[in-house]
Amino acid sequence: MSLLIQYTLIFASVLMLVALGGCFSEHSGVINLGLEGIMVIGALGGALAMKYLGAAPAAIVIIVVVLVSMAFGMLYSCLLGVASINFKADQTLIGTAMNMLSVALATIIVKSINLSEDPDNVSSIVDYGSSKKSLIMTFGTFQLSWFTVIAVVLLIASYVLMYKTRFGLRLMACGEHPQAADSVGINVNKMRWAGVLISGLLGGIGGITYITAGVSAWKFETGVAGFGFLALAVMIFGQWKPLNIGLAALLFGFFRALSNVYSGFDFLAALNIPGTVYNMMPYIISLVVLALTSKNSRAPKAEGIPYDKGTR
Amino acid sequence: MKKKQLGILAIPEVQTIVSSLLCILVGLVIGYIVLLIINPAGATEAIITVLKNYFNYPSGPAIMKYLGNTLVKTAPLLMCALSIQFCYKTGLFNIGAAGQYVAGAGASLFLALQLGMPWYVCLIASGLAGAALAFIVGVLKAYANVNEVISGIMLNWIGLYTVNMLLTGVKETASPYTVTIASTNPTALLPNMGLDKLFTNNKYVTIAIPLAIITAIVIWVILNKTVFGYELQATGFNKDAAKYSGMKEKKNIILTLVIGGALAGFGAGFLYLTGYEQWSVTQSAVPDMGFNGIAATFLGGLHPIGTIFASYFIQHITSGGAYLDKNIYPSQISDLISAIIIYLCGFVLFFKLFLNKRIRQRVENANAAKEGGEKK
Repeated sequence: MSLLIQYTLIFASVLMLVALGGCFSEHSGVINLGLEGIMVIGALGGALAMKYLGAAPAAIVIIVVVLVSMAFGMLYSCLLGVASINFKADQTLIGTAMNMLSVALATIIVKSINLSEDPDNVSSIVDYGSSKKSLIMTFGTFQLSWFTVIAVVLLIASYVLMYKTRFGLRLMACGEHPQAADSVGINVNKMRWAGVLISGLLGGIGGITYITAGVSAWKFETGVAGFGFLALAVMIFGQWKPLNIGLAALLFGFFRALSNVYSGFDFLAALNIPGTVYNMMPYIISLVVLALTSKNSRAPKAEGIPYDKGTR
Repeated sequence: MKKKQLGILAIPEVQTIVSSLLCILVGLVIGYIVLLIINPAGATEAIITVLKNYFNYPSGPAIMKYLGNTLVKTAPLLMCALSIQFCYKTGLFNIGAAGQYVAGAGASLFLALQLGMPWYVCLIASGLAGAALAFIVGVLKAYANVNEVISGIMLNWIGLYTVNMLLTGVKETASPYTVTIASTNPTALLPNMGLDKLFTNNKYVTIAIPLAIITAIVIWVILNKTVFGYELQATGFNKDAAKYSGMKEKKNIILTLVIGGALAGFGAGFLYLTGYEQWSVTQSAVPDMGFNGIAATFLGGLHPIGTIFASYFIQHITSGGAYLDKNIYPSQISDLISAIIIYLCGFVLFFKLFLNKRIRQRVENANAAKEGGEKK
C-alpha cells in the first residue's frame, strides 16, 4: 500500500510540474506541444549532473540537479519561443519537431559520452545510481522524493504568481485577448516569451523527476513515453487552473502507479489481467477524461494563434 | 507580363522547392557540425556515408539491391506522409498516424500469421485497422472537441500495447520477434510482379512501391479535382465559413481522419507484408515511421507529388545513417537531421512572406524609378 502511495505521489509530481508548465505557456497564448521534448532534455541535464556529482552531499546534489534540469529545459524551450513567437510558425509543427529532436539529440549526446569513456559502450544509458539516494527522504519503509516537495512548493508558487501578481494577470491577458493587452501597454511577445520559458523550466524538472521515479539508469532512446502529452491531458482536465491541475495530477498519477505495483495486491493479481492493460490505463483514462471535459473547455481564447498587431 | 517582371522566385511552386532545398541544406549543415563536434577526423566521411546510402556498395548489382531496400521502406513512409498531409489539408494534425500505422501492422500480421489469410485480405485489414483507430480520433474531435494531437498520442500508446499483446501469440519462441511470413504463410506475402528482377532479385520489392506512388497521385486528384477535396480544403482554410456555406464539417472531420488512418494503416501493410521486417512484441516505443511522415509531408511542400520525393529523401538519409561506424557516430544523426528539417519547415511560411515582400518592394522601386525617369 505504501508503495502505491509512494509511486502515486512521484508520478503525480511529474504530471503536476509538466502540466503547470503547459498551463503557463497556454495562458500566455502559446500551445506547448513540445513539453515531451523539454522533459527529455531536462532529464538529460539532470541525469548528467547526477552522474558527475556521484556521491556528493545530498543538499548539493538536489540543488545542482534541479538547477541544471531547469536550465536545460528553459534553453530547449527557446526553440519554441523563437519559432512560434518571433517567426509566427505553426505551433503544432514546431512542438512535434522539438519532441523528435529531443530524443535524437539526447541519444547522440549520451552515446558520444559513453563512447568517449569506453569505446565498446554503444548504449544510450546514463547511470545515476550513485547519487540517487540523495533525492529521497526515508521514513521507515516509506520513501518520499524531494521532487514531490519541490512540486508542491511550485504548485503553490504558480497559483500565487498566476492569480495574485501583476505579472500573472498580464500573462493571462495575453492568452485571452492579446490585442486588448497590447492596447494597454503590455508587451505581448515579451509575456509570451515569459510563459514559454516558465514552461521550459517546469518541464525540465518534470523530466528529471520522471526518470528518477523508479530506476537508477535511463535509456534515452526511449524518450519519456508520452508523459508530456499525459500532462497536457491533466492540464485540460484541470481546466488550466493550478489547484485543479494538482488534483487531476493525483488521479492520473494513481493510475500510472498501479502499473508499477499492481502485482503487489492480491486481489488485483487474482484478476489475472495482463500487465499491458495496466500500462495502457493512464492513456485510456485520459482519453475518457478528455472526451468528457473538452466540450466546455476553458482554454485561453487566443492560444495557438500567433500575435499579429494588424488583426482585430 | 506581370509574372515576368516579378521574376522566377515569385512563382509559388519555385518558392516551395527553394525553401525545401534550403531546409535540407541547413539540416545537413547542422548534422555535419554535430558530427564535427563528436569526432572531427571522420566527420566529412561520415556525412558523405549518410548521403551515399546504398552507393556505399562497390558493385552495380549490390547498389540496385540496396536501392530496392530503401524503396521498400519509402513506400510505408510515403503512405504515412500522405495520411498526415490529407488530414492537414482539413486543418487536422494527424500525429496519430504513428499509431494508425501500428494498428495496420498488428492487423496485417495477425491475419497473416494467426489466421493464415492471403495477402489481399491482410492488406485490406491493415487499412481498416488504421481507419478504425483514426475514427476514434475523429469522433472525439467532432463531437467532444478533443484536441486531435493529444488523443492521437494517447491512441498511439494504446495501439502499441494492444498490438504487442495481440501478436504475442505468433512470436518466435526464442526471440521477441513475430515468426516470419515466408515460413508460416507465404500466401500472405505481397506479390512481386517481376519487380524484384529489376533490383537484383531483391524479394522484398513488391507491388507496394508502385501502389504507394499511385496512392499519392490519387490523393492529388481527390484534393484538387473533386468536390469532396474542395470541401476538405475549404474546411481547412476557414472552418466557420465552410460550415456557413453548407458543408458538413463534423462529417468531413471524421471522414478525413478515417481516410488518413486507412492510408497510414495500408502503409504498415505495405512494409510488414513484404516480410522485410518482423514485429518485436516487446518494443516499448511507437515506431518512427509515422513521425518521419511529418518530416516528409512538410518537406514535400504539402503537395502529394513533392511528398514522393521528400519521402524518398528522408528514407534515404535514414537508411544511410545505418552505415555509420557505430563505435564513432550514433546512427541517430539521421533522425536529428530529419527533426531539424521539420523544425525549419515551421519557418517556411515566414520565409515565403519575406520573399514576396522583398519581390514586391523591388518591383515597386523599379516602377517608381521608371515613372520618375519618364517625368523628367
